[in-house]
Amino acid sequence: MNFLPRTLQRRSGNGQAADGEVETGGNGQVEIPGALRRGPGRTGNGNGNGNGHSPGDGDGNGKPGTGLIDKKALVEGATEVPISVAGWLDERTGGSSVARAVLYRKVPKHDWSYTLGSAALFAFVAQAVTGVFLAMYYDPSANRAYESVQHLTNDVFLGELVRGMHRWGATVMIVLIFLHMGQTFFYGAYKYPRELNWVIGVVLLVLTLAMGFTGYLLPFDQRSFWATIVGVNINASGPIVGPYLADFLRGGAEFGSATLSRFYAIHMLLIPGLLAALIGAHLYLVIRLGTSSPPWTRAVKKRSYAHEEI
Amino acid sequence: MNNREKEQYLREYSLLKNKGEPFFPYTVYKDGIMAIVTLAVIILMAVVLGAELGPKADPTTTTYVPRPEWYFFFLFELLRVVEPPSLVFLATIGIPTICMVLLILLPFVDRNPERDPRRRPIAMLAGATTIAAMLYLTVLGATAGAPTEIELATSPQHEQGRSVTAASGCLGCHKFGESGGQLGPALTKVGARLPRQAIARTLINPTAPMPSYQKLREDDPEKFDRLVNYLASLK
Repeated sequence: MNFLPRTLQRRSGNGQAADGEVETGGNGQVEIPGALRRGPGRTGNGNGNGNGHSPGDGDGNGKPGTGLIDKKALVEGATEVPISVAGWLDERTGGSSVARAVLYRKVPKHDWSYTLGSAALFAFVAQAVTGVFLAMYYDPSANRAYESVQHLTNDVFLGELVRGMHRWGATVMIVLIFLHMGQTFFYGAYKYPRELNWVIGVVLLVLTLAMGFTGYLLPFDQRSFWATIVGVNINASGPIVGPYLADFLRGGAEFGSATLSRFYAIHMLLIPGLLAALIGAHLYLVIRLGTSSPPWTRAVKKRSYAHEEI
Repeated sequence: MNNREKEQYLREYSLLKNKGEPFFPYTVYKDGIMAIVTLAVIILMAVVLGAELGPKADPTTTTYVPRPEWYFFFLFELLRVVEPPSLVFLATIGIPTICMVLLILLPFVDRNPERDPRRRPIAMLAGATTIAAMLYLTVLGATAGAPTEIELATSPQHEQGRSVTAASGCLGCHKFGESGGQLGPALTKVGARLPRQAIARTLINPTAPMPSYQKLREDDPEKFDRLVNYLASLK
C-alpha cells in the first residue's frame, strides 16, 4: 500500500479494520497498523501497547475499551473514508465546486411540464442500458441476426422483457421528445438567450429518429426488412446526395449482408456517440443559461396604488 | 429582440431565479418522480405489448407489408398524398427537409420578444396547425389497411399468378381495383398500358422507392414469370 499517498493509506487501513480484515500476526495477535492507533484526540483508553483485539477477529465479545481500539472508533474511522476519498478527489479535480454550483443553483419555480426533458434523458439512459444487454446476444450478420434475436426472445432469461423495453422505450423516448419540444415552443423558451439550445434540440430529434430508423431493421424479420428497403429507397430519391446516402446506408448498390452490419454500427456506435455528446452540450447550456421560467410568472407583482404611501 | 429587450429579459429572469428554489432537491425531486413514471410506463408497455418477431426476412418470398414505425407514419402518408410521380421527391425529401430547416431556424425567424402564448397568436396558430397536420397524417397512416388480397376477376390460368402478386407486396403501394396503396400508380389495367417485356423490365429495374424483383427472378424464375404474366393480363 505504499504507493498510495499517506492520507489515503491511513483511511484505507481504517476501512479494512472495520470490515474485519485486519492482518493477524504469527501468534494470533492482531497487529494494529500504526495508522489505526488512537490519536490523542480520541475518547476511550488508548495506551498503545499492542495486545488488544480487533472487533473483526472473531471472538464476538470484545469489550470496548479493553483493547487497543474499540468498535466505535472503527465505525467512526470508516465513516470518514468516503469523506476523505471525496476530499482526495476534490483536491485534484475541483469537482465539489462544480457539483455545488450545479446542485444548489437556484431554479425559477416551474410546473411539471419542465420534467419532460429530463424524462427524455432518462429514457435515453434506459435505451442505452437495455441496448447493451441486447448487444451481448445480437449477431449482426444476415444469416444469424434473426436467429440470435429469436434465441434472445425465447431462451434468454428476461430476454423478451429487455427487448420489449428497448422497443417500447424508443416509442416513449420519441413521445417525450415531441412533448418536450412542444412545451419549449408554447412557453417561448427557445427565445433569447436559448436559441442555440433549440437548434441542438432539433438535431437531437433528428438523431433520435435516425436511431428509430436504423434500429428497426435489426430484428431482421419480414416487416423490418421491407420497410427498411423502402426507407433507403426514399433516401435514394433525394436530389444530389440522395443516391450517395442510399449507397452508404446499403454498403453498396445492393441491399445485403453489408447493410445489416452497417445499420448495426450506426445504431449502436455512431449515433449514440453523437447523441451523448450533444446531450452534454444541451445540458451545459441549460445549466449555463438557467432553466427558463413559465412565461406568465412575473418577478415583481404589479403595485396596487391603494397601499402606496403618499 | 433589441438590446433593451434583451437586458429587460435578463433582469427579469435573474430576479425570478433569485426567488426560485435550489435545483437540489426542488427539481431533482420532480425529475426523480418523472423518471420512475417513465420506467414504469416502459416496463408496462414491454410486458403488455411484448416484442413481436415476425417471420424471418426473405428477399424472395415477399409477403411483406412495408410499414414503418408509427412515428414515421406522417412521412409515409405524405408519400401517398403526393400523387404525381414527378413530384415524389417533394414528399420524400423536399417537404421533410424544408420542415427541418424551418424548425432549426425558428428562433431566428420568430423574433418577437413576447413569450406568453396568450399574446403570440401567429406562433400559436402555426404550431397548432403543424401539430394537427402531423397528427392527421399519423392517424391516416395508422388506419390505412394493409390489404393482401386482390379482388379482381381472374381467369383460371392466372390464378396462381394472382396469389404470387398478392404475396409479393405489390398491394403495399399499388391499387388493384379497389384494394391497395396509392404510393405507386394503379395496376388495375397495367397490361393495357405496358407490354409484358416492359413490365418485366420495371420489376427488375424499378424507379425508387420501389424495390427490385431481380432476386426473385434469379431464385425462382417460374414464380417471376407467373407474376409478370398475371400483371400483363390485367387489361
